[in-house]
Formats: sequence, C-alpha cells, structure tokens
Amino acid sequence: MIEVKGVTKRFGPTIAVNNLSFEVKKGEVLGFLGPNGAGKTTMMRIITCYMPASDGIVKVAGHDTLTDSFKVRERIGYLPESAPLYLDMDVTDYLSFVAQVRGIPSNVRRERIKKITDACGLEKVLGKDIGTLSKGYRQRVGLAQSLIHDPDILILDEPTTGLDPGQIIEIRELIKRIGREKTIILCSHILPEVSATCDRILIINEGQKVASGTPEELATATEGNITVRAKIHGKDAEIRERLEAMENVIGCRVITGGGSSPSTFVLKAKQEGDIGQEVFKMVVENNYSLSELRIERVSLEDVFLHLTTKEREAE
Amino acid sequence: MKNVIAVFQKELRSYFNSPMAYIVIILFVGFANWLFFRSFFMANSASMRMYFSMLPWLFMVFAPLITMRLWAEEKKLNTLELLMTMPLKDWEAVLGKFFSSLFLLVSMLVLSLPLAINVSSLGNMDWGPVIGGYLGAFLMGAAYLSIGLFISSLTQNQIIAAIISFFVCFGLWIVGESIVVFLAPASLVGLLEFIGLGSHFESIGRGVIDSRDLIYYLTVIGFFLYLNVKGVESRKWA
Ligand SMILES: Nc1ncnc2c1ncn2[C@@H]1O[C@H](COP(=O)(O)OP(=O)(O)O)[C@@H](O)[C@H]1O
Ligand SMILES: [Mg+2]
Repeated sequence: MIEVKGVTKRFGPTIAVNNLSFEVKKGEVLGFLGPNGAGKTTMMRIITCYMPASDGIVKVAGHDTLTDSFKVRERIGYLPESAPLYLDMDVTDYLSFVAQVRGIPSNVRRERIKKITDACGLEKVLGKDIGTLSKGYRQRVGLAQSLIHDPDILILDEPTTGLDPGQIIEIRELIKRIGREKTIILCSHILPEVSATCDRILIINEGQKVASGTPEELATATEGNITVRAKIHGKDAEIRERLEAMENVIGCRVITGGGSSPSTFVLKAKQEGDIGQEVFKMVVENNYSLSELRIERVSLEDVFLHLTTKEREAE
Repeated sequence: MKNVIAVFQKELRSYFNSPMAYIVIILFVGFANWLFFRSFFMANSASMRMYFSMLPWLFMVFAPLITMRLWAEEKKLNTLELLMTMPLKDWEAVLGKFFSSLFLLVSMLVLSLPLAINVSSLGNMDWGPVIGGYLGAFLMGAAYLSIGLFISSLTQNQIIAAIISFFVCFGLWIVGESIVVFLAPASLVGLLEFIGLGSHFESIGRGVIDSRDLIYYLTVIGFFLYLNVKGVESRKWA
C-alpha cells in the first residue's frame, strides 16, 4: 500500500532522513519508532505530500507522491504531530470545512460529520471553539478530521504525546477501534505506544533504519540477549574466571559488594541452554554459596534503547 | 473553485468568530467618519475629494491588520501542514484567503457609504468623482491586501507581518508622489510615476476611469498573489 524506496531528505547540512526504504502492506499497522529528531515527522510529511524528498521514490496505493499528489492525498487521512487545528473555529464548522475540501457532497456532509463525531466521542463539544478544548479532545477532533473522508490509509504522528494517562488509554482504544480495516502508520518515540498496537515495528535513528520486524522478532534479534545477575560468596577474581569460562557466557561484569555482602556478577549470555542451571552447578562444584540468582530476558525496550544509542556510544 | 469558496468561508468564520474583524471594521468606519467630517467642514463644499485623498493612508494601516493573520497564523499553529496535505491547490488557498480579506475591505467601504449619501443630500454632488473614488479605493485596497497577504506568508509572526506590510505599502505609495519624483533622476521619473500606487489612484479619483490604471492595479494584485503562491510553495524548497 505504501512503498518507500531510498528516500533521503536534507535540510541544508542536516540529513533528516537518510536513504530509507520500507513497505506497508494493506491492512497492516506499522509502528514507526525512533527517538526525538530521528526523522519520523519528516518522513510522514513526505508521504503525505507536504514536502518532496530530496531523493528517492514514495508510492501510495501505486500513485507517485510527486506526479500524482492529489490521488495520494485523497487516500490518506493525516493527523500531524500535536494536532494543529484552527483554534478560533468551532468543532462543527471546522469539520464541515474539512469535509468540503475533501469533496464530500453537501447533501451527505451533515450525516458524515455526525457519524464521525459520534465515533470519536465529540458529541458534547460540537459547538465549542477548538481553542477551549482539552488536549485530549483536540486530539479527537484531529482524528475526526483525518477520518472524515473514510480514507483507507491513516497516518498518525505521535497521537498521544502530551496527554495524561487516562486520555492516552482512550485515544489508543479509539485508534484500535477505528483503525480495524485501515492501513496505518503510527509514529512514536515511546515503545509501549507501538508494541501494544502494531503488527510490525520499524525503528529508525538519525534518519536511518536500524531494525524492523514483529515485536517478537525484534526481541530475539539482538545479540547477548539474556542478562543474569548472581550474588555469589567467594573470591571475586576466581569466580569471574570460572563464569567467563562457561560456554554460553559472552561477558561478565562485577559489582563489588560492600563489607561482608557478596559481589554481584552480571553476565551477558546467549539464549541457548539453561544458563541458570549452569551457574548453579558451578557454584556447588566449587563450594561457593549463592544468595541470589536472577535471569532477565531482554525486553523490547532494551532493544530499542540498544539500537538507538549504539552509534552515540561508539563515537 | 469549490475549494476557493471553502477556504473563503473558513476565513470569514475565523474573522467573525473573533473580535478582530469587528474591531477593525468599527475603527475604520470611526476614523473614516471623523476624517470625513473634518475635511468636509474645512473644505465646506459638497465634495468628497478630501475624504478620498485620505483613504490610502487609512488603508495603509488597516489592510495589513486584515491580512496579517491569514498565513502567519497557519504557520505558527502548523495548521498549514494539514491544509496543504488536503486535496487543495496552493493557488486555491491563496485566492480563498485573498477574497476573504477583500470581503472585509468591501464591508468597510459599504459601511462608509452613508457618508456619500449624507453629502449628496446637503448639496449638488458630482457623482463621477465619488464613484471613481470608491472604485479607486477598492482597487488600491485590494492591491494593499495582496501585498499584505504575501508578506504574511513569509513569517509566523503576525505583528512583524503587519509592520513590514505597512512599510511596503507605504513605499509603493510614495515612490509615485511628486516629492520623490522631483528628487529622482529624470530618466526614472516616468517609471516611478508608473510604479507608484498613488498616481493611478488620483486619476481614477478624478472620475477618469482609464483602462491603463485598471490594468496597473490588476497587475500589481496578480503579481503579489503569484508571489504568494510561490511563498506557500517555498516549504518544498528546502
Ligand atoms: N523544516 C526543517 N528545517 C530544518 N530542519 C528540519 C526541518 N524539519 C526537521 N528538521 C530536522 O530534521 C531532523 C528530524 O526531525 P523530525 O523529522 O521532526 O524528527 P522526529 O519527528 O523523529 O522527532 C531534526 O534534526 C530536525 O531538526
Ligand atoms: Mg516528530
């Protein structure tokens, strides 16, 4: 449904998007994840025909964004970051303006607006100026605006940023309900936002793709994906040597305990075998004593942090 | 055309949903009346010549106040992003906004019509210059609006848009004034007189409606609306 091929966008010396390629299939919900400044908004602006790419091709439903921009715009519903709306218009006036430009015939306009405002829970604020609404309600108006022409593609840029926890849940529910039959790109810089709702996640950093896949695939794709914390009584250096000699252990770090308390050994291990059992065996065989053993699987959160901070650490 | 109307209506709703439009119109009509009666009693004749000669200065202040928010606010709130990702052409948005500002201008002129009617009841009025005066005021106001609209598309700051628009309008007015023309090198005199907004206004104001003056105003308006379309497109140039 959406094809992005080798897209680069420069703003003077800044490269906001760097040779990015991806695809979104019909009916798929893609989580577009990356830290602030990664280039998410810029990429969405290119897809929605707000600005052209410096390089590369974007096709939406087979139409090129450069040569067939109107066909593309008709297919897309777009909610830009922080829901920019006309604050001095009331909700109904605003939605009928959008409906008018979206080419909804005047005889069905009222009906359509009613349907959308009901679906978005806006019944109570129809006559109010948008400027007087809470952020949660503004986001709903933004969603209503993006849905009014019943587009098959929905692009949502950080739809819950700046909302309080209750509003976040409501907006997420709304997106899930409304988006059932649509192809969606959901941009976010926070992981739970996309891991809960998306079929597939694409992580970008500094304009480049760093990973993509289903949430499960991503969690298993990184190396050293188990962390073991063990508190062991004994000679630290000796224990460390033995731990490092074990087959599946990749690295070991020691956090020295104070006074009589034992040191903590933090192991990075491969996911093969049963690392817990192996550590336990080693402790028994050598007559150490174990006071704590904790195995942490890597979460998607770790993957995200790992992928998006890698480059900066390397510098 | 349907999109032009949609944008036109949207802008009018915004204007009249805030106190701004009312304040601008009331202030204008107030000033216009005051200036009119002052000049009327000084000149002591059933003529509106003095009044029309003041209008350009009044418009120079009021036109930028009308146009300042039209694009600057869209940029500031980033509503431009939504507007320009709808199936709407840049020129349709420009025209819709221009016509909405023109609507305000025409409302101002219409609300000051009672002046003319009053004067005509007091004496034997020559309607030629009055009609010419209104037509000239309309064209000149429209030219100022096209300038203000263009400048509003260059900034996010409404106040800056208004101030710069004022100075550009002022500059375009005075280049044709006799004092500037008097100081300029002889080779430029014809050009300056032609470019200046004022000289054309004066000849229309005398009741002489010359197609060259009409063409001049339409060209100025067209030119700045064209620049405006380019200004809106500039988001794509980065
Ligand atoms: N219009 C612009 N002019 C100049 N630089 C820009 C512009 N838009 C974005 N950028 C830069 O491009 C980078 C990516 O920004 P953005 O796409 O907004 O990131 P994100 O949405 O992921 O937070 C940032 O470094 C930002 O400063
Ligand atoms: Mg962003």
